[in-house]
Amino acid sequence: MSHRKTVIAMFATCKKAIPAGVFCLGLLIGSATGQGELRFCLRAEPKTFDPLKVEDDASVAIRYLTGGVLVRLNRHTQALEPELAQSWKVSKDGKQISFKLRSGISFSDGTPFSAEDVAYTVQQLMDPSLHSATGDAFRTGPGKVETKVISPTQISITFPAPVAGLDRQFDQVAIMSSHSPKKEMAVLGPFMVADYKPGATLELKRNPNYWKMDEQGHKLPYLDGIHLDIQANRDVEMLRFKRNEIDLINSLDSEYFDKLSESSANVAHDAGPSLDSEQMWFNEVQKAPIPAYKKNWFRSANFRRAISEAVNRADMAKIVFRGHAQPAIGPVSPANKFWFNAKLKPQPYSPDTALKMLQADGFRMENGTLKDKDGNAVVFSIITNSGNKYRERMATMMQEDLQKIGIHVNVVTLDFPSLIERMTQSFDYEAILLGLTNVGLDPNDQMNVWLSSSDNHQWNPSEKTPETAWETEIDKLMRAQASSADAKKRKESFDRVQEIAVDQMPFIYLVNKNALSAVAADVHGASPVILSPQTYWNAERLSVK
Amino acid sequence: MKIWRTIACVVLLLMVGVSLSANWLAPDGYAKQYREAAGAPPSRQHWLGTDEIGRDRFARVLYGTRISLLLAPAAALISTLMTAFVGGLAGYLGGAWARAAMAVTDLFLSLPWLFLLITVRALMPLNVSPLVSVLVTFLLLGLLGWTGAARVLCATASSLRNSDFVRQARASGVRGPRLFWIHVLPNLKPVLYAQFWISIPAFILSEANLGILGLGVAEPLPSWGSLLKELEGLVSVGEEPWKFVPLVLLVVVVTSFQLVLSNSDEVAA
Amino acid sequence: MLGRKIARHGIAILATALIGGLLSATLVRLAPGFDADEAQLDPHLSSESIQALRQSRQEQHNIFHFYFQSLQRALKGDLGRSLSLGQPVSELLRQRVPLTLRLVALGFFLSWAAVLALALSTAWLRVAAYDGLATVMSGTLLCIPAAVLALLSVLWNVPGALAIGLIIFPRDYRYARNLLSKAHAQPHVLAARAKGLSELRILFWHVVPVVAPQLLAVAGVSVSLAVGAAIPVEALCGFAGVGQLAWQAALARDLPLLVNITVLVTLVTLLANSGADVLGSVLRGEHA
Repeated sequence: MSHRKTVIAMFATCKKAIPAGVFCLGLLIGSATGQGELRFCLRAEPKTFDPLKVEDDASVAIRYLTGGVLVRLNRHTQALEPELAQSWKVSKDGKQISFKLRSGISFSDGTPFSAEDVAYTVQQLMDPSLHSATGDAFRTGPGKVETKVISPTQISITFPAPVAGLDRQFDQVAIMSSHSPKKEMAVLGPFMVADYKPGATLELKRNPNYWKMDEQGHKLPYLDGIHLDIQANRDVEMLRFKRNEIDLINSLDSEYFDKLSESSANVAHDAGPSLDSEQMWFNEVQKAPIPAYKKNWFRSANFRRAISEAVNRADMAKIVFRGHAQPAIGPVSPANKFWFNAKLKPQPYSPDTALKMLQADGFRMENGTLKDKDGNAVVFSIITNSGNKYRERMATMMQEDLQKIGIHVNVVTLDFPSLIERMTQSFDYEAILLGLTNVGLDPNDQMNVWLSSSDNHQWNPSEKTPETAWETEIDKLMRAQASSADAKKRKESFDRVQEIAVDQMPFIYLVNKNALSAVAADVHGASPVILSPQTYWNAERLSVK
Repeated sequence: MKIWRTIACVVLLLMVGVSLSANWLAPDGYAKQYREAAGAPPSRQHWLGTDEIGRDRFARVLYGTRISLLLAPAAALISTLMTAFVGGLAGYLGGAWARAAMAVTDLFLSLPWLFLLITVRALMPLNVSPLVSVLVTFLLLGLLGWTGAARVLCATASSLRNSDFVRQARASGVRGPRLFWIHVLPNLKPVLYAQFWISIPAFILSEANLGILGLGVAEPLPSWGSLLKELEGLVSVGEEPWKFVPLVLLVVVVTSFQLVLSNSDEVAA
Repeated sequence: MLGRKIARHGIAILATALIGGLLSATLVRLAPGFDADEAQLDPHLSSESIQALRQSRQEQHNIFHFYFQSLQRALKGDLGRSLSLGQPVSELLRQRVPLTLRLVALGFFLSWAAVLALALSTAWLRVAAYDGLATVMSGTLLCIPAAVLALLSVLWNVPGALAIGLIIFPRDYRYARNLLSKAHAQPHVLAARAKGLSELRILFWHVVPVVAPQLLAVAGVSVSLAVGAAIPVEALCGFAGVGQLAWQAALARDLPLLVNITVLVTLVTLLANSGADVLGSVLRGEHA
């Protein structure tokens, strides 16, 4: 009896030991894990963990780190790479895309991944009542999206109208499980949400079921987890980086770049001009509650060109951004190598020429003040959002530049909701200085900026019909490039859009900021780039020692 | 103490004199941007260096003194008078008047006035002159800044209402406004002086914070508040101690006001 | 009598808090930017989505209807849902109120410990140089922006409560010092001194009791100042408290959150001030 008990006890012990042994063996063979915890800050609270409803930057960051996508835009090479999909094919008409998926993949909670999940995600995404920015990017025409599950690893998705850059759009679509009880918390990405203290911290831990391995066959990610602090203040973020409390600053302010470079070599990174831009525009809305004579000024392309020529962009780049920005040329940053129209010339700076252009329009100088042909002094306000010291400085510099040609500018900083209300509802403004951030590579991302009927056609939203011939032409060109699958034809169309934009100046593009970041020396594998997220785009291959 | 009071008066007059002489001491003005010397440290050309876009900081401190030294005490006076009116009268009258006044005061303390200020900005034209903007800002600060001391004044006036000398005055036939004006109000001076003294720097700092709503001093006009906001870049300010000059000046002015007021208080007592 | 006064205060507190909530809702509703959402600037959004965003606050346009419905829901324990954070308001407050309470309470006590120590010692010693030094110190603190004090607390790794204490200290000190100084000049104090009583005895037996009601009033007001000071301190130091929440809610025009926070702050202010009132009445002997 005692012998039998001993055998049973031994068997029980072995039974317990075996999984542990296998686990240890697995660690030895298949993993280079346990390489630290990465720490950095989110500048705001994430509004949602539902990847389909993501709009704010913090939620986008979480989606990037936890979401599994079918294809991934490699932020370094800017080429599209297979992820959950082994391969894909886009039809010639740009309406249909077929994916061949990897097999043997599970969500973080163990639920198996299959084409059903892709179909489910797409149907959820394209639900009109969701009003998701990610979904709207696919909504190029009326009608229903058809998903056809051919096999557990094959699916085809058909859209009612062509979607330009259809495959690239799936970089933003994190696949959700169709039958996991954990809903959006069951993920396919390298990390999963482990703990969330609202307003304070967010802990991500390694997804044990993440499918990817490195070239040596080690399971990814290398990191044990990522610790995110919610910290809006950039001074405090910088302080904490200097004290080694955080490992990276994804978007570093230019005024801290030089200080950081002085104190620690190879910590501050300047990846060169980003896709982001700062621009101003005049209010060209017909029904705007501003004096008619001012509307006449703002609706004159000659006036806008003169203002553009009177603004010293080089000084802005040099002084406001400490040399970590380039004077902007047009709507597309030169960093967007394929889509940037290389034939465009840099914007000139010449107050004398600007004055001559205005004089040709009937403006005249009287005792240092510029007046229009009816004797109205040229005075207007530029509004921008408060709290952005770079924009405030840019506006103040423009104030001095335009003073040289007799134009008096009032700089008004407003809280963002008040500014948005003026910009989109009351149209009670004269000029606005804002910027575009997280800009995508494909011009289709800016479709709603260029289409005259769009709500985001900022200088004159929601036009029933285009009010100018050049806006008619832009509408035609944007629609043409959106419905074409031929990259060369699309480029021709969009090159022409850029030429018109630079000629007519609905936006006065000021600077393209450089992509600045800071990465602590302890972090290995980081290679900051210009596309967002600049520093942790390859989070699964980062490690901290 | 008389010597300290004299020194304080001289300091304040000197500040006023220097700020009025800004046109001669800094003839290039506060707005000119020396772009080739942006963010420069102190030098012979720029005694306090230049700011981030190359404006002479010394000139901006001088011109900023005009705005802050003139308008902040004016706004402090408004808030002090309102404190005296609301808090002092409520405490003097007592009963339901005091309860109602203090309920209103507590409401004033709790409401998010940020939205009233945003609304005021929305009602103002965008092209309002910087001077009008700053006048409106300080007026609003004065009209909203009385609540803190009103309660204290009410409690003080309540204590005085039944004090011996007030009873005696009442028994002598002194009544109503005269009783309040001659016998109660002078004894409220310690709180009123404290309120006035506290309000000056509070309003100077608040004016700078109101910039986020579009109120306050608009560019390129300088103020001490906007200059003090530079201190929020703590990471760099340790290496740029000249940025502390507006803070030092403000402390000197505030201390001078206190010395002048303290001595008046002792004389009254 | 005292019981009646407390009951009267209780009713007044409730009524005032409810009025405060309504006024706050009105202020937020009428302020520009109410219907504005940063998300509508996303160029990916379609026109329908932008319209849907603008319509999402439709039910809050009639402020009386909104407030009345909120009150009805609040009676059942439902404080509504935050528009900017997408979470139940009750849950948000439950998570954050304890931290803010701790921060504010500690800041308040630190401040008042310093106020009483300095003001009483100034009144006791009656040395001009000491008084001058205290004036300069409190004046300097008054001149430092609250945001800078908060940042300094991060820089020097000191508790955020100390920053709150330093923000409210100079105001409280100035009132306390002036009140004590004024009381020292009263005839009965001169008489006590003439009779040979020690300065310490005079201070604690003849000066402090006289100004105690006013000092309590100062303390009551400084509670609401401490709550206000919590906003920059929490926002900058990264404390997930009600102050940080209030600031986010204000920027986002988050009406359900703002109304509830205002009612909470009003209640705290009223309780503190009413408590000071009642205690002051007792000390003045109005309730024998």
